[in-house]
Amino acid sequence: MGDQEKQYSTNHRKIALALSIIPGFGQFYNKQWMKGLGFFILTASFFIAFSDLIQFGFWGLVTLGTDPTYDHSITLLVEGILTVIVTVLGLAVYILNLRDAFKVGKQRDLNVAPNSIRQQYQNLVGGGFPYLMMTPGFLLLIFVVIFPILFVILLSFTNYNLYNSPPANLVDWIGFQNFLDIFQIPIWRETFFSVLAWTVIWTFGATTLQIALGIFLAVLMNQKEIKFQKIIRTIFILPWAVPAFVSILVFAGMFNETFGTINNDILALFGLEDTPWMTDPAYTKFALIMIQTWLGFPFIFAMVTGVLQSIPNELYEAADVDGATIMQKFKNITLPLVLYATAPIMITQYTFNFNNFNVIFLFNGGGPAVAGQNAGGTDILISWIYNLTMTSAQYGKAAAITMILSLIVITVALWQFRRTKSFQEEDMM
Amino acid sequence: MKKYSKAKKIQLTLSYLVIIAMIAIILYPILWIVGSSFNPGNSLSGSSILPDNPTLSHYKELFNLEESNYLLWYWNTLKICILTMIFSVILVSFTAYSFSRFRFVGRKNGLMTFLILQMIPNFAALIAIYALANLTGLLNTHLSLILVYTGGAIPMNTYLMKGYLDTIPKELDESARMDGAGNFRIFWQIVMPLAKPMIAVVSLFTFITPFTDFILAAILLRSNEKYTLAVGLYEMISDQYGSEFTLFAAGSVLIAIPIAILFLSLQKYFVSGLTAGGTKG
Repeated sequence: MGDQEKQYSTNHRKIALALSIIPGFGQFYNKQWMKGLGFFILTASFFIAFSDLIQFGFWGLVTLGTDPTYDHSITLLVEGILTVIVTVLGLAVYILNLRDAFKVGKQRDLNVAPNSIRQQYQNLVGGGFPYLMMTPGFLLLIFVVIFPILFVILLSFTNYNLYNSPPANLVDWIGFQNFLDIFQIPIWRETFFSVLAWTVIWTFGATTLQIALGIFLAVLMNQKEIKFQKIIRTIFILPWAVPAFVSILVFAGMFNETFGTINNDILALFGLEDTPWMTDPAYTKFALIMIQTWLGFPFIFAMVTGVLQSIPNELYEAADVDGATIMQKFKNITLPLVLYATAPIMITQYTFNFNNFNVIFLFNGGGPAVAGQNAGGTDILISWIYNLTMTSAQYGKAAAITMILSLIVITVALWQFRRTKSFQEEDMM
Repeated sequence: MKKYSKAKKIQLTLSYLVIIAMIAIILYPILWIVGSSFNPGNSLSGSSILPDNPTLSHYKELFNLEESNYLLWYWNTLKICILTMIFSVILVSFTAYSFSRFRFVGRKNGLMTFLILQMIPNFAALIAIYALANLTGLLNTHLSLILVYTGGAIPMNTYLMKGYLDTIPKELDESARMDGAGNFRIFWQIVMPLAKPMIAVVSLFTFITPFTDFILAAILLRSNEKYTLAVGLYEMISDQYGSEFTLFAAGSVLIAIPIAILFLSLQKYFVSGLTAGGTKG
């Protein structure tokens, strides 16, 4: 780098950078009057428009209000996050200003003529086009996705619950107390671990069953001798075609203990008409896994069918020559090829069921209730969070559990994506 | 008819037995709900799959705006789904095109952000969405739902679309640029027409996701006439503990049939889209 420094006979880049501490002045120094004016006006209006918000916003974010008659903690929290976002955007413009002054100064040091206004305009339109196109989507993303995530992260460090709810009371920062409570207070700890255990069993049980059934039926239907292929395949797809919330509610009716058809028509034949599907957690869990298998296998079936049709027949013929049995052919040819082609999608099925709120909530509301914990007997993490938020107003705790849940999902997903192509693609570099 | 060996015969017989059992398991709930919807009376006590004197009265009740908000829910749902679909497709095409065709400062970080965001389901932040909507006065409006669905659809679908746009040769853009076409014209007249298959997939996904969503609609919508079908149907069955089950059955049938037909006719798009999403990441 030292050699390069010597090539410059002038120091325009450093002077321009230093002057740019007040945005615009570096550009003035570079004789780019319009651009400098633009930066200056942008900065000035930023301060005029947001100086109050920034002062007040950071104050609110730090204190969360001091007087419950005037201050609404949650409003202050939201305004605080807004302030942070505005500040970050402002800093981005400021850095852009510094960069620009330095770059143009460097051009002058190298005796390259600075761009004319016309060229600058063309640069802006050409180089700015992707930014221009992304702005609407990106703004929406900031406000409906990133904003809520920041809000939940901050909320998990507060004591926001029914008793501290504004407007009558103030919410306070309590550090990691929510996380500690979940692991230290017996009722929370027991609930958390029993919900987590069932979430894991549910995720693995239901997903593995639906994948196994899907693959099994796809292989079964791949026998050329089966008649009526088209209509049978269509029927097998039906559970996927009907919206899941409809099917789940229908199942809730079918398993109903007073009028449901499962007890009244089917199990009555075996004298089991009093099976407690909705009141005994073990039965509800069994029913839930069966229902999710019913709902989930058609997608796997359709996907695996596509893969099977692309496996060359020669492989099986060669195996026949060697005298392989059906099971051997399945284990050594079909299964490896299918799993290799579909593994990433299979993993997304697991993450989907991990957060499968619909089936848990719509079937039995996460119930039945269980003594000694504050979640229902079949609640998974996401439905427990829903109940904590919507019925018991334990917002801070719910946010902390959301953080734990997101951590699990992101860990699994990152582990998966590191193994897929797009991570190694050169255009990510 | 070909002659099969004995082992083959047993194998085929077993296969057919499995198929018949599966068909029964799949069709039973469907037949049961269709049968229930024709049952006279409100509850199901003493009913059967083939009712003795079937009636259309439940369907008539649903179509009567004075007795039920069902048609309103249908209209709300379609409105939300179609608007979400339109906004999402526009925004997703814009962002995906930028990511696919331009190399700009922040591109790599942007792609990483999208990759991480698509892993977290957007309803995980449901407390925040509820509090924000409450604060901005958007609680109990369809606008809030459309915004949340559209924002939530951007990361994953942008990835899908970008993957597809990457396969369209860049030479096409360059030759158009030689002929004097501007950036927007290349996007609109060259690239988008070639991306039609993926636009179809994204449209389907962004239409069907709000249709089947329950949790966000349940949080944000507070009054009966604003409900979507998922929330309305749930209230119908949970409010009265089965005393209006036949009405609910008719409502379910009217949702399931059109969506199932739509789905079956477009099924190949779903499979290709989901497969591309999983492998391309």
